[in-house]
Amino acid sequence: MRLIILEDASVVADWAARFVLQRITQFAPGPGRHFVLGLPTGGTPLGMYRRLIDFYKEGRISFKYVTTFNMDEYVGLPRDHPESYHYYMWNEFFKHVDIEPSNAHVLDGNAPDLVAECKRFEDLIAAAGGVHLFIGGIGPDGHIAFNEPGSSLVSRTRVKTLAYDTLEANKRFFGNDISKVPRQALTVGVGTVMDAKEVMILITGAHKSLALAKAVEEGVNHMWTVSAFQQHAQALFVCDEDATLELRVKTVKYFKALSEEHQRMIAGVPVHEQRVLH
Amino acid sequence: MKPKSGLTRFHNCFILRDSKIIKEDLWIRDGKIENPEQVFYVEQLQADVTVNCEGLLIAPGFIDIQINGGWGVDFSYDSENVKEGVRKVSKELLSHGVTSFCPTMVTSDLEKYRKILPLIKKSDGGEHGATVLGVHLEGPFINMAKKGAHMEEYIKTPNEGLKTVEEVYGSLDNVVIITLAPELPGAYEAIKDLTQMGIKVALGHSTASLAEGEKAVECGANLITHLFNAMLPFHHRDPGLVGLLASTTKQQVFYGIISDGIHTHPSALRIASRTNPEGLVLVSDAVAAQGLADGNYRIGPQLVTVEGGRAYVTGTKVLCGSTTGLDECVATLKRSLDCSLEYALEAASLHPARALGIDDRKGKLNFGYDADFVMLDPEQIKIKSSWIAGECVYKCDKN
Repeated sequence: MRLIILEDASVVADWAARFVLQRITQFAPGPGRHFVLGLPTGGTPLGMYRRLIDFYKEGRISFKYVTTFNMDEYVGLPRDHPESYHYYMWNEFFKHVDIEPSNAHVLDGNAPDLVAECKRFEDLIAAAGGVHLFIGGIGPDGHIAFNEPGSSLVSRTRVKTLAYDTLEANKRFFGNDISKVPRQALTVGVGTVMDAKEVMILITGAHKSLALAKAVEEGVNHMWTVSAFQQHAQALFVCDEDATLELRVKTVKYFKALSEEHQRMIAGVPVHEQRVLH
Repeated sequence: MKPKSGLTRFHNCFILRDSKIIKEDLWIRDGKIENPEQVFYVEQLQADVTVNCEGLLIAPGFIDIQINGGWGVDFSYDSENVKEGVRKVSKELLSHGVTSFCPTMVTSDLEKYRKILPLIKKSDGGEHGATVLGVHLEGPFINMAKKGAHMEEYIKTPNEGLKTVEEVYGSLDNVVIITLAPELPGAYEAIKDLTQMGIKVALGHSTASLAEGEKAVECGANLITHLFNAMLPFHHRDPGLVGLLASTTKQQVFYGIISDGIHTHPSALRIASRTNPEGLVLVSDAVAAQGLADGNYRIGPQLVTVEGGRAYVTGTKVLCGSTTGLDECVATLKRSLDCSLEYALEAASLHPARALGIDDRKGKLNFGYDADFVMLDPEQIKIKSSWIAGECVYKCDKN
């Protein structure tokens, strides 16, 4: 596992976008050779999307041969509802770049058969040859996607009933009316993300610092589902200074000492050479 | 080879949507505005054509509900080549951003109505010209005391309501607005029946009190023709038709305003707009001299001299009607009110569409609406191109 500690949220956004740029460029996607990207929504990755759009406009990156899979979506929320993840992805990313509509996959929370929809999604990922890079954020309780505390660490894409805490936390997006917050969501499982060749988790802000500490300093624990990635061969956590508040000084110093190596990850060093870094 | 999606995407532009100017792409297909999000996720299609708008603003096409003519054509007078006249004006209007209009006939004799009215048919716009929404008949059921430039000998009263109205005009098939004075005998009955038929009734050339105006609104009238002009001036004990702007009637009352910088004082514009912002409808009320180069002309029965774009009765300094295009009216309104550009643009698009009850397809850039729009330079409010049903029908050559 790598922990990359950067100055603030904007540097995290820039670093993450550069990392995606580097990975896609190295992969050299083309017809019949798609780079497969797993994508999150929410406030944390927003800056990364904006930087990627900049790169696209500057002609440094194309998404023509990129296939994407989004982590989650609410059940029963209209697709064009401003809080739906379809809406988010369209407005914050898809509409700005050259991705093919048929290659952008978002779970359909309005599917008549939700279980079949989850299976279809897993099958699509398999058909795409698995995910090359899964990007995620985490909640203050350490959840990844909608894998809330207690979720199985080998779970697959499925329907989840949301915990009361999540409804409470999300009601601010629904006019502070908890009855308007969808009760269920479709989400990829921890196992689904674990299958990706590489995983990048973005964590910014002091309110995520406890979750980060639990994720990297303590053991693997289903009450902090993101801690599962300690057992991933190629996981990296990218955080800002604020998110390190609950980490031990030793942990922070250890990873900061490696920062020169980490910068090489976005500097055009071939992926196979990076595998020997840690 | 990918199948053709028939979609065009305008990007690098700002659009006026939901009363706000936002940075957003505009997608169109088959003459309508499309929802790109639904195209992306459901149809999984991309645009065939992408147009770079270079930062221009896209606004709904302007709708002029009161225009008497232009470029030498007078809709009320030229009964010999009506179709040619309408065609000419509708073509020229495109350069002013007008994509739909109501050719307006002033008080005329029976013979003119018989000859001209059947020839001005509602028609879809295109490269040949702006959409003809239907005729606006201003008079002859108006008050003699407020006749303005209308010919006294043709003025009538609608004694028997709709019956008289039909006797005078002949067929009402091509008519969408009738301006009348509500205080005339038979007017309320006429208003009820006309509005039942779907024709909008505008109040004007009238000495109506507020009570009479309110009764007309209750009967179905929803417009006031060129507010302040040809009606009683505002009086605090009986505010007259002007008082309808702040009346307690439930219906929204719309009012035509000529903001050419001459016909209505900026302060009067502000009073109207602040009292009833949603009701303000910009009209050009343009006459045949609109669009003519300086010189002497014979327009209808009158000799007219155009000097510096203004039309005077030859040999005098008497203005004979407005010669200002609706695009300039938008600019003047913005200057006079110091209002937002959004508001000024909607006063020439959304508000008239609402007044006519066609705001389910025109006057907005919402999904499913007709792709009638203008591209303009937001700083100078200058029309760069006009589009009807998704086709470019006018392009400004000059920079």
